[in-house]
Amino acid sequence: MVTAAQVWDALEEIADPEIPVISLVDLGVIRSVDVSDGHVRVEFTPTFLGCPALEAMKRALEETVTALGAEPDVRVIQDDSWSTDKITPAGREKLRAAGFAPPAPREAGVPQLVQLQSKAHRCPYCGSSDTTLENIFGPTPCRSLRHCSRCKQPFEQFKTI
Amino acid sequence: MNEPLLGLADDELVIGWRDSEWTGIAPLLEEDVAFSSIAQNEIGHARALYELLADDADALAFDRPLEEYRCAPLVELRLMDWAHAIARRWLYEVADEIRIAALMEDDDAAIAGLAAKINREEAYHRMHAEMWRERLQDAPQFRAAADDLWPYALGVLPAEQRESLATRVGRDEVDAIERGTHTDELAELWNEMTMVRRSAPAGAQW
Repeated sequence: MVTAAQVWDALEEIADPEIPVISLVDLGVIRSVDVSDGHVRVEFTPTFLGCPALEAMKRALEETVTALGAEPDVRVIQDDSWSTDKITPAGREKLRAAGFAPPAPREAGVPQLVQLQSKAHRCPYCGSSDTTLENIFGPTPCRSLRHCSRCKQPFEQFKTI
Repeated sequence: MNEPLLGLADDELVIGWRDSEWTGIAPLLEEDVAFSSIAQNEIGHARALYELLADDADALAFDRPLEEYRCAPLVELRLMDWAHAIARRWLYEVADEIRIAALMEDDDAAIAGLAAKINREEAYHRMHAEMWRERLQDAPQFRAAADDLWPYALGVLPAEQRESLATRVGRDEVDAIERGTHTDELAELWNEMTMVRRSAPAGAQW
């Protein structure tokens, strides 16, 4: 009989479909794993509601549980319980190493433009905070585009959610 | 059926389609990216809301006859000049913030939870709209576009939330163009939006 710990270990192997350097577990989107009578219930939260990778993530979770010999019951939880603060420290480091600036911490209110325009965001390549906002939106809804004035490198900044 | 929630879902679906019409032809490359991302988010919000309302979100989104859609006329308009497109984004986002804030206090935890999630994403749409409003606020084309769209914007919200909208955008309340009737432009959009579902009633496989 499969245990919850074995399921978590297996889920660690599932890469994010859009940014495969990070796993779904590192991304913090797996909210819970419950095992009973050969059924494994996995609750996960989308990063953005319009994320096109949602179906691919759900399928990957189901296939992984099935491969462990258990019956999957994967639920998408559409509330505010996921935040970019749930990305693990290891996950943040993997993002940075791949050229994605990890998100700033969530604050009490929703983010404001003045925060995006501030110099608080570090370049993932050279570490300089002398960076400017180029576009609030980027290649996927979860990222903004910035430019580093020191190393002249454009980079993708994770939005804070 | 929760009619206000269905109205919100239909608004998000239809404005998402309208925003996506700028993909590839916006005046700046950055805006191709922005409008595409915003469209994707809005349609994602529609899907999540339809899932609260029905077992089959696609069926609710695309299998209704035109007259059963509950979207506000503001989102139906096909606005292919930049001043109007930006004026609508701005007015829509301010109105949306007001109703989403109210839904975050809903007694139904599923509705309140989803509204909180939507609000986090919409914050970025509001920044985008506000940035453009600041840039264009003295341009005659933008002011005229906001004048044109103002009665439509009021129609996005129920009567009790309109004063708040008027205050936030610094305008006087006028007679609203109300939800419940549809513009001719929606018929054309409906035809396009539901075409695949109608041509493959058994379900298209991708």
